[in-house]
Amino acid sequence: MSQLVDPFLDNVFMQRALLAGILVSIACAIVGSYVVLRGLAFVGDALAHGVLPGVAGAVIIGAPVMLGAAAGALAMIAGVGFITAKSRLSNDSAIGLLFIGLLALGVVLVSSSDELTGDLDAILFGEFLGVSWSDLAVQAIGLVVVIAVCVYAARPFLLLCFDPDLADAMGFGARRHHRLMLALVAGTVVVSFQAVGSLLVFGMLLAPAGTAALVTRRIGSMMTVAAVVGIVSTYIGLSCSYHFDLAAGASVVLSSVVVFFVVLVFRSLRRPAMVGVGHG
Amino acid sequence: MSVADTSVSPVAPAVVARRLDVGYEGRVVLRGIDAFAIPGRSIALIGPNGSGKSTLLRTFAGLLAPVGGALEVCGLPVSRASKRIAYLNQFHPNAMALPLRVLDVVHMGRLDRRGRFARRRAEDHAAVAEALQRMGVSELAGEALRDLSGGQRQRVFLAQVLARRADVLLLDEPSSGLDAIGRSVYLEAMEAESKRGAVVITATHDVGEAARCDRVMLLAGRLIADGPADEVLTPDNLLSTFGIGLSRAGDHLVVTEHGHHDH
Repeated sequence: MSQLVDPFLDNVFMQRALLAGILVSIACAIVGSYVVLRGLAFVGDALAHGVLPGVAGAVIIGAPVMLGAAAGALAMIAGVGFITAKSRLSNDSAIGLLFIGLLALGVVLVSSSDELTGDLDAILFGEFLGVSWSDLAVQAIGLVVVIAVCVYAARPFLLLCFDPDLADAMGFGARRHHRLMLALVAGTVVVSFQAVGSLLVFGMLLAPAGTAALVTRRIGSMMTVAAVVGIVSTYIGLSCSYHFDLAAGASVVLSSVVVFFVVLVFRSLRRPAMVGVGHG
Repeated sequence: MSVADTSVSPVAPAVVARRLDVGYEGRVVLRGIDAFAIPGRSIALIGPNGSGKSTLLRTFAGLLAPVGGALEVCGLPVSRASKRIAYLNQFHPNAMALPLRVLDVVHMGRLDRRGRFARRRAEDHAAVAEALQRMGVSELAGEALRDLSGGQRQRVFLAQVLARRADVLLLDEPSSGLDAIGRSVYLEAMEAESKRGAVVITATHDVGEAARCDRVMLLAGRLIADGPADEVLTPDNLLSTFGIGLSRAGDHLVVTEHGHHDH
């Protein structure tokens, strides 16, 4: 029993890591639910990669990394809008182009600077165990903003997920709220990437919300279950990382993906006829 | 192009279109539509795929800006009339992926009346309960939408439309997926909506369904004919629109010849 709690009681860095994981889990549960329901997984992935050149550029010019990450995410969103407006390319092709372009730019920037090379791992995979109190403060503020925006836009977001035409027909402005939703995904990636890393934050957006989607029939319950799954995954991942000397961020994300598959298999065994198929 | 429903009525029309051009991305699909709809009347927009009926319906719903001309709904520019309109989309591709109960789907029809924050009020509960009951899906209220059959889901979407208690109902292929009982429940509900004073405008492929409406607009890239069903759904008009010979025999339509049409 003590092995389950001692790492967190004895080490302040583990307490901070757990707290960071809880904040990331709650923000990603709320925003990730919209990512899953609105089918924005590819955009989320692209945003997660888009922060890399922003962060690298910020380190090179000595600007705050979070500002750089935000600039990268903004460039991604603006770029997708520009390409889809000016060409006949589909949304996913535009996203794919920018995704790979920004990732390549990030790697080029990193390779051009000696001082950045060591930081690449931290940017991509996070520094869960090196999270500071000020990082936690930023994450807490980010979470408050995420909750405030989601309370303000809960109804248009629901209509947007259900049918963007219905959102428009009811006067809620589907395009405006779609952009707000993208900004929310970008903001969540920006405030979360320091803990879990820019590659793995996408896992925290997707896996807990995907797990919750399997077992809930209301969006509010989906977000709650996703937060619980995220927090449990954080605890399991950090514990495994501590005891077996594994990478913390990757362990947390791996735990959340394992939880998804366990729930999927359990649900398939219980309700074999219902999984993945609407009937009629 | 046409002025229909010319019966003199003291009631102000709920939908007024003057020289309306509709289309999207700069392309005009239907040009010069003059039409008005009197409260309590039903109108069918009928025509083959690509005839412009969905585009016209989406323009009436404020989803597409008119390319030219003027459009008013309930005396307001269409862009400000959203609360007076209930729109049923032809497809709901995302709906099945959502964790939503039937009750919540029908309550979505009331969201704009409650604004961003107000809780469900007694009138919302009453409108939703009545809509569920009229579409015969009250007993499914607690079920997950994704666990229902296609026909049951269509009834739920129609209940969402009814729950809006709107002045103008715009329905794109509303009987799609409904079985015989569902279709009869739907037709009964629409008759009740007309009696309540609502305008019901339906885009449909179904000539039989169109024939039940007070007025029919026959479309095929242009307005072919507009007026009472008996005058519009003639063998000649149907042949030029659908490329197939159809004639009415009571409530049924009989295919009399095959041809081809150009439009």
